[in-house]
Amino acid sequence: MRVLREILRQPAALLGFAIVCIVVLSAFAAPLIAPFPPEQQMFDGLTLEGSPMPPDAKFWLGTDTLGRDLFSRLLYGARTSLIIGVVANGSAVLIGLTLGMLAGYLRGTVGNIIMRFTDLMMAFPALLLAIVLAALLKPSLWIVALVIASVNWVQVARIVYTETCALVERDFIVAERSLGASHGRIIFFHIAPHLIPTAIVWGTLGIATTVLLEATLSFLGIGVQPPQASWGNIIFESQSYFTAAPWLVYYPGLAILLTALSFNLVGDALRDILDPLQRGRL
Amino acid sequence: MLAVLVKRLGSSCLILLGVAAITFVLLYCMPADPAVMIAGRTATPTVVANIRHELGLDQPLIMQFFNYLANLLKGDLGRSYVQKSQVSSLIAARLPATLILMFSGIVVEVVLGTTLGVIAALNRGRMLDHIVMGLSFIGVSAPQFVVSLFFLIVFAANLGWFPMSGFGTFNHIVLPALTLGVLGAGWYARMVRSALVEVLTQDYVRTARAKGLTGVRVVLRHALPNALLPIIAMIGIDIGQFMSGVVVVEAVFGWPGIGQLAWQAIQQVDIPIIMGVTLVSALAIVMGNFLADILAPMIDPRIRV
Repeated sequence: MRVLREILRQPAALLGFAIVCIVVLSAFAAPLIAPFPPEQQMFDGLTLEGSPMPPDAKFWLGTDTLGRDLFSRLLYGARTSLIIGVVANGSAVLIGLTLGMLAGYLRGTVGNIIMRFTDLMMAFPALLLAIVLAALLKPSLWIVALVIASVNWVQVARIVYTETCALVERDFIVAERSLGASHGRIIFFHIAPHLIPTAIVWGTLGIATTVLLEATLSFLGIGVQPPQASWGNIIFESQSYFTAAPWLVYYPGLAILLTALSFNLVGDALRDILDPLQRGRL
Repeated sequence: MLAVLVKRLGSSCLILLGVAAITFVLLYCMPADPAVMIAGRTATPTVVANIRHELGLDQPLIMQFFNYLANLLKGDLGRSYVQKSQVSSLIAARLPATLILMFSGIVVEVVLGTTLGVIAALNRGRMLDHIVMGLSFIGVSAPQFVVSLFFLIVFAANLGWFPMSGFGTFNHIVLPALTLGVLGAGWYARMVRSALVEVLTQDYVRTARAKGLTGVRVVLRHALPNALLPIIAMIGIDIGQFMSGVVVVEAVFGWPGIGQLAWQAIQQVDIPIIMGVTLVSALAIVMGNFLADILAPMIDPRIRV
């Protein structure tokens, strides 16, 4: 509650929070709001020459190259983006938390192996690794989420590792250990609670990165596959038309930008509130 | 100093070895059989078996890995499935274009980002600061491919100021370099601002002011050098980032670099090329970090390695 109140007090964070709410609402209520089914190709959705319709009274944001309503597709695209954002980023944060905590708590050989592996993943170009994995596995919504998660956990692991290393040295952990608490008990009840702020901050900031990566993969044609709508593949499908029908780039592009921006704004504010030491770093 | 250098170099080599191991495993996991891909769909089983023997694919896994490593050290990245030529020569032919684009992008983002960061820090808490920081937030959140297409629609298609795509003259590089630079500048602006805000409150800056130096001079000569270190570290990271990040920008602008090569390889599932570009990018990332690491103590003697 305190956190929410502080977010509402900062104008930038409030703006971000409002956009997050709008995106989440349109994703949930897509079937109620959408004027047309997202995959229906309407016979009055194309001009007589067969090109996409510009925005008008019937098709608010115009139609795409197959005569489908762009506004409806954008609403359903919000679902795709959010599902991937939450699932992929959630898994990335979980993996990062687990590995970072284990490495920081156990140190020694196991910790070393985990952190060297993390260094290794840092050296891998994220987009290219995602491309290789996506080419290896047949792309679908869940595979894309898996690919993104397997690339994005690295940063979280590093931060959690550093924090855990500092925590393990603190007196209360030493006291706990001398009282005979098991490793599991120390990790779950005494270390993990201190990492919740980090998890919340990265759980939010990471959604922005994830949404951008999903859009990029879909734009390259190896992300979410049509006809399922995703903001990236809407632009991918209309690439050859972009000079004649720029709205097919502008509106999905704006949706991606606003979503990433809003999660960044909220995440940045959360970091200031939850972690005063890191203030102003992005 | 030398010992540290050797140690850093050693760990960089280890990381590269790890990267090679991962690409090897990924290659091995590929559903497509390389021998079949090279021989073509209509080849007889004997031909396929011959190629498999030639490539050493009939040897034990561990031997294959050592062969793979030995080939990498010789600069042999394998043969493209589709173009039938050496991946290393394909990449070498494309590399200069990518390096030019990378260099231009870094120049744009450093100049633009530093300028904006200084402006924001000097006007801290005022309207101009909020505007610059807002812009940098948008830069950090904007998808590269959308900005590329936006520039293409507005400045190439509608206004006709720049060519739509291609390579060769100065005009060709403006839009791709701007795309990379404008988006990257957001990070630099935020970093320079926070470095300056911290320094501007320190005593020696007040002394410089008290000596009667102008605000601009205080910032440029006394405060800004403190922001140099994070900027260098950031450039080190960007060298690696851009090597792989240019896939999108090169694909959109038809820039004939290794990013476009990778993008075409994706369409044709030409695995050796994708792997080759991945390895070269990983090399660039490791080298970028290494350079930033050894440059840092030279610039700032406070850092003892």
